[in-house]
Amino acid sequence: MVVYNLYIFNRNGQCLFYREWLRRKQTNMSKEEEFKLMNGFLFSVKSFVQRLSPVDLKDGFLSFKTNCYKLHYYETATGHKFVLNTDNNVGNIRDILHQLYSTIFVNYIVKNPRASAVDVIDSDQEIFIEKLDEFISNLSIFSQTNKA
Amino acid sequence: MVVYSFYVINRSGGLIFSYEHSIPKIELEKTFSYPLGFVLTPGDKGVVVQFGQRDGIKVGHTIIAINGVPARRNNIDFSSAPPTATANDDEPPTSSLTNSYDIIEYLSDPSHYPVAIKFGRTRLAGNEKLILSSIFHSMYAIACQLSPELNSSGIRELETDQYKLYCFQSITGIKFVALTDLKQTNVDALLRRSYELHSDYALKNPFYSLEQPIWCPLFQQTVQQAIDLLERTGSPYA
Repeated sequence: MVVYNLYIFNRNGQCLFYREWLRRKQTNMSKEEEFKLMNGFLFSVKSFVQRLSPVDLKDGFLSFKTNCYKLHYYETATGHKFVLNTDNNVGNIRDILHQLYSTIFVNYIVKNPRASAVDVIDSDQEIFIEKLDEFISNLSIFSQTNKA
Repeated sequence: MVVYSFYVINRSGGLIFSYEHSIPKIELEKTFSYPLGFVLTPGDKGVVVQFGQRDGIKVGHTIIAINGVPARRNNIDFSSAPPTATANDDEPPTSSLTNSYDIIEYLSDPSHYPVAIKFGRTRLAGNEKLILSSIFHSMYAIACQLSPELNSSGIRELETDQYKLYCFQSITGIKFVALTDLKQTNVDALLRRSYELHSDYALKNPFYSLEQPIWCPLFQQTVQQAIDLLERTGSPYA
């Protein structure tokens, strides 16, 4: 199992943070454009899922699969969106994404007076990046192929 | 194990076939006293609950009827209703002439209480299904573009907390989409089966023109049979 990349968006759709561990295909656009596309895409998936639903939803959109990757989505009540791409064999990792928010994002960004939870996380937030890398690489879904 | 609905989308994102197998009817009627406690806003499908979930009435539900009289989007007309519904109201003569109200204005008047309101989830209208299928068409394409891995297809399986959407795209570019509950298995087999049925009953029909909506009764019947079989036996093949 492989972890590809992570996006964190705030409620205004700004990409706060992007990290990739393994990515074989880059998009043919700048990173900024890609973040906008991803955010707009998630926005329409969310509204699509709500409108199409035959029953009342609680959490709404959770994940989707293609033939080679799976996109996991987790949104907090404050509108922070966590998007993690993994390969297809990964099951439901909602609790992992929640943990990533509650133990890494809250502890090293929200509780850091020099960082802001709604602004772009810049590279001087080393401790956040370090802890995040440590958290992801200790996951059972992060395998040897990822490290190679 | 429930299959909610089934759609076929053509190569350009147009909806050419839609079949609703078993959409649950979500409707609730309750009698309320003043004040109502919901935040209501008018919308293009009727008056929608924006805030104040209680008694099983959720945010997003619309007002379907008041005192047994069906609502017409944001308005309600009591003049066609049986006189018992409004006879006890001491209304000024002007409004008794028309008896037509804006729902939100009607519900903000304490003299109209107690009032029985029926709330529910509205079904997808035909136009809305067309819009959603073209949205899905572009979502499918963007999912390939944003892939971190080479040679990705579009969305095959989309999961929410209450239902799953499965999509199978044939080599000819036609998408077969099924909405099911979370427990339904073997939906991929159903979609491949419906591709066969599409080739047999829709494409071989001399009155069918390509990329146009499918009005073949046999296609509808056989799709329905395949879905029934899948729900009963776990396989769409007899």
